Amino acid sequence: MTLSLVLIIVMAVLIAAGVYLVLERSLTRVVLGVLLMGNGVNLLMLSMAGPAGLAPLVIDGVEAEQYSDPLPQALILTAIVITFAVSAFLLALIYRSWRLANADDVSDDADDVALRGGEVTLPMEETAPDEGDTEFPLEAEVAQGGPGVDATERVVIVTDNDSSSAPEGGGGR
Amino acid sequence: MLIVLTVFAVAAVLLPVLEKALGRKIFLVAALVSLGAFAHTILLAPAVLSGETPSETLTWIAQLQLTLDVRMDALSWMLALIVTGVGSLVMLYCSRYFGPRDAGLGRFSAVLLAFAGAMYGLVIADDVYLLFILWEATSVFSYLLIGHYTNRRASRGAALQALITTTLGGLVMLVGLVLLAVQAGSSSLLVILQTAPADPLTTTAVMLVLVGALSKSAIVPLHFWLPGAMAAPTPVSAYLHAAAMVKAGIYLLARLAPAFVVVPGWREVLIVLGVATMLLGGWLALKQSDLKLLLAYGTVSQLGFLTVVTGFGSRDTALAALALLLGHALFKSTLFLVVGIVDHETGTRDLRKLSGLGRRAPALALVAGLALASMAGLPPLFGFVAKEAVLHGLLSAAGGTQVDGAGAIWAAVALAGVTLGSVLTVAYSIRFFWGAFARKPDVDDTVLLAERGVQSRRFLLAPAILAVAGLALGPLAGVADGPIAQAAGRFASGVDEGEIYHLALWHGLGPELGLSLVTIVLGALLFFARERVGRVQSRLSTGVNASDVYWDAVGAVDRLAARVTSITQRGSLPFYLGVILVVFVGVTTAGLLIGDSWPAEFRLWDTPAQLAIGIVMIIAAVAATQAQKRFAALVIVGVTGFGMSAIFALQGAPDLAITQVLVEVVTLIAFVLVLRRLPAKLGDRHGSTHRVLRAVIAIGVGTTVALVALIAAGSRIHDPISLAWPQLAYEIGHGRNVVNVALVDIRAWDTLGELAVVIAAATGVASLLFLRGRGDAPPRLARGVVQRRIASRLDRVREQGHDGEQRGAWILAGPTLDPRHRSILLEVVVRLTFHAVIVVSLYLLFAGHNLPGGGFAGGLVAGLALVGRYLAGGRYELGAALPLGAGFVLGAGLVIAASTAIVPMFLGAPPLTSTYWEAEVWLLGEVSFVTSTFFDIGVYLIVIGLVLDVLRSLGAEVDRQGGDDQSADRPAYSIMTKGGGA
Repeated sequence: MTLSLVLIIVMAVLIAAGVYLVLERSLTRVVLGVLLMGNGVNLLMLSMAGPAGLAPLVIDGVEAEQYSDPLPQALILTAIVITFAVSAFLLALIYRSWRLANADDVSDDADDVALRGGEVTLPMEETAPDEGDTEFPLEAEVAQGGPGVDATERVVIVTDNDSSSAPEGGGGR
Repeated sequence: MLIVLTVFAVAAVLLPVLEKALGRKIFLVAALVSLGAFAHTILLAPAVLSGETPSETLTWIAQLQLTLDVRMDALSWMLALIVTGVGSLVMLYCSRYFGPRDAGLGRFSAVLLAFAGAMYGLVIADDVYLLFILWEATSVFSYLLIGHYTNRRASRGAALQALITTTLGGLVMLVGLVLLAVQAGSSSLLVILQTAPADPLTTTAVMLVLVGALSKSAIVPLHFWLPGAMAAPTPVSAYLHAAAMVKAGIYLLARLAPAFVVVPGWREVLIVLGVATMLLGGWLALKQSDLKLLLAYGTVSQLGFLTVVTGFGSRDTALAALALLLGHALFKSTLFLVVGIVDHETGTRDLRKLSGLGRRAPALALVAGLALASMAGLPPLFGFVAKEAVLHGLLSAAGGTQVDGAGAIWAAVALAGVTLGSVLTVAYSIRFFWGAFARKPDVDDTVLLAERGVQSRRFLLAPAILAVAGLALGPLAGVADGPIAQAAGRFASGVDEGEIYHLALWHGLGPELGLSLVTIVLGALLFFARERVGRVQSRLSTGVNASDVYWDAVGAVDRLAARVTSITQRGSLPFYLGVILVVFVGVTTAGLLIGDSWPAEFRLWDTPAQLAIGIVMIIAAVAATQAQKRFAALVIVGVTGFGMSAIFALQGAPDLAITQVLVEVVTLIAFVLVLRRLPAKLGDRHGSTHRVLRAVIAIGVGTTVALVALIAAGSRIHDPISLAWPQLAYEIGHGRNVVNVALVDIRAWDTLGELAVVIAAATGVASLLFLRGRGDAPPRLARGVVQRRIASRLDRVREQGHDGEQRGAWILAGPTLDPRHRSILLEVVVRLTFHAVIVVSLYLLFAGHNLPGGGFAGGLVAGLALVGRYLAGGRYELGAALPLGAGFVLGAGLVIAASTAIVPMFLGAPPLTSTYWEAEVWLLGEVSFVTSTFFDIGVYLIVIGLVLDVLRSLGAEVDRQGGDDQSADRPAYSIMTKGGGA
């Protein structure tokens, strides 16, 4: 099958312009880039339909080859509507971003940037089996004349027996 | 037996519900369940001991040949007794150990009972996959139990460490089990053991299984998790980490040994690691001052002992191993329970702080003494009987009985190891008794927290029963010999009946008794020289322990993960996209160059007009990349959209041309609705960076796609499938518009999916704008109120003559707008055209089957009519125009479209089948109707719903929030003030 060179070139330019915009940080430009790429892809599908033909409205006595290929057309039709739905969604994202952060740009992920700088410490559980010699630290404290806690009150379960002695966190040994 | 498993599961699920009603008595319920299972197992005794193996099978997933197979032979029977018996005693003990108001007892008791059930299932499972699942279940329950004190960091860390270590071993084991099952052609343990092929693959599989067994049983070098697991409440330690879970590995060794003892490396690995574990554990136990840790290292040591004896794999050592296993379960759980009582009543487990407890709590000391004597192997306790059996088994094997030459050498090694280990065992047993109960001259007598505790019968009952059992089984060793000998009997083939060994308290004077005596004396000496031993220990201490190595490894993995993440995850979206696109260009181009197809023919253009439009579109696309103002950029991009429409029209695609134009208009409006809130200039904060790099990537992608198009076209060798479509559309779909029939009939499934995408996007728009609920019930004016208001205003206008501020109302909600924002021209136009436009949309919908149009185009036209109403009269006007929620319209459309798929199925036809009616109607002439029109109506409604959603969200809701903004004194950009009529 033959291809229309004009269609291919226009398609390539649309996609290139779309990619250029999508790589921007401004969300508005990103959405415009998505629109351009959408148009480019629709042209790609259209160019696969072959040369221009009759509109695919069945007329008696016309051979199937004479119509423009309806298959890519059906695909493009839904693609057009979906592109609109998706860009509406992206617009809502832009609006939301503007409302929340007064910004319509894609900023770097703060956690990832922090990780790159080595600032993130990894929380880590550690064992210290010899830490404490009883499951009942509060009772023991009371028995040894520690701070006045009602001995009948068994609050041991809700007490962190190492919170006072061990510093918080600790990123790896 | 399966019913017992079910009872365990159901009871475990129910227990948390009972927590509120029963408090800590909930453990009595759990104990009863476990006791029931114990009784059930006892009742099976006649059958099991007469040599039958009761078994049950339940098909689970037939397609995968997964079955729930359980068998109870003598080995399983014995372990089931230990698991359920010790389990019920530990649960009984829990009911006194925990306080009445302790938190989380429902969960704790449920997990403990579930663990008992899983362990019971594990020892009777015959299917290796069932075995593996229960194996991992015990690991998970152990994790939950160790981490019971969720607020203590040490608890959480220990729980995680135990989980990671044992599941890692379990996964390795799974690989081994799968290999074995594939080799044997069956997942039944029985079959695998009977087949037991001898080839390198089996050797590998068995070694992998050993990794799992040894990690579970805390054998060096994976022993470190067990002392860590002492962060668990003490009853858990008594049950899981002494009697039950750690025995799972030993059980598996005992199960596999008869078949796989011949596997190269089996005996060597188990004896070396077992002896190392026994010595290391005993040595470290002597160092501990925390009684519980002393027991923990003692358990590690004993597990090493069990591994040696079980793994040695002759008939007599198998007998000895099972006796030892039973003895250990009895005395070690007793000792843990005793430590629990000591800790509970004195508030410490440190033997340097305890003094004189023996005199204050004689019963407790007696119970502990019995268990310790059993552990040290003193007559007449069962521990002594078991140790005699071990020594006999290894001695006779070293003399060549029941084994070959290499076996005899390894027996000698094992004998030396366990004898030395036993010396340590005796020493730390004495150390425990001295530490817990003796009066130490330089330590004050320990204060009891409550006098009643140590006297409490209920508290002491469980350890006392276990200790007495250990005492009674000594003289009654013959009773235990029956089942144990039967379990060990799987080795009996080829062994002369006359030379087999039987458990008994007295075998006469022999080398075994001599060795026992030597170990006891040496152990006692070791204890009395404890200060010198302590000095040696501190001199030998290297400061390295396996747990630190583990944590270093975990930390290293974490750091590696962080580094890999920081290298690959830059956090920048443009960077990610750039990488993806570069890969796309590279891989695709390489693929295209490797292939050899190339388009044969080109044509420059279809029509000269195509060239003209193309040039305009190219200019617009390039300009769009350079635009600095939002609205300018939007309009320029819009140019390419209208260009698309023109190309479609020229190419013979009227449907596309119509739809594209309509969408282009709606898109422009949606953009304007949002962009009016944003500053006019683009990229205020981040100017365009990396322009050249982005341009290179962009040109690369564009070129690649062009190449793809050329080559795809050149590769085509078949006629398009759509050549048949015109005929199909006309004769079966009864429509002349092939594209429309394709959408609603030929390819209706695809369209249905695409509609779902549209609905998802519309819902997404609404959810980003309406934060609480969809909340898009249209704002409404009561019609009567509005009519009265208009009438009165008209009256006033008539009275006062023309007044600029009091314009007449052409549309319902006009008066709700600020007069400065009203456009009389717009109101008039909308008023006059709205209904006509709706009629046009309906025409497009229904004519679309035969002429250009259809649900998509019709829906967009109707949507534009709503856009007009909104622009002229604001959100109240929109509510008046279509007093329905967008969600309702979308949903109704989907229901209608989907019902055309479903209804034919009720009539016995494939989904989405269409039918056709034709009738002569008065005045209209011949009228025909195709059921796929219903589908198109669904499409129509969904498109209207989408537009409505955009208007309600990006229009009306943004208006409302904008109003809020202004009152809150935030900068608001408005098309009226800044955009200046762009």
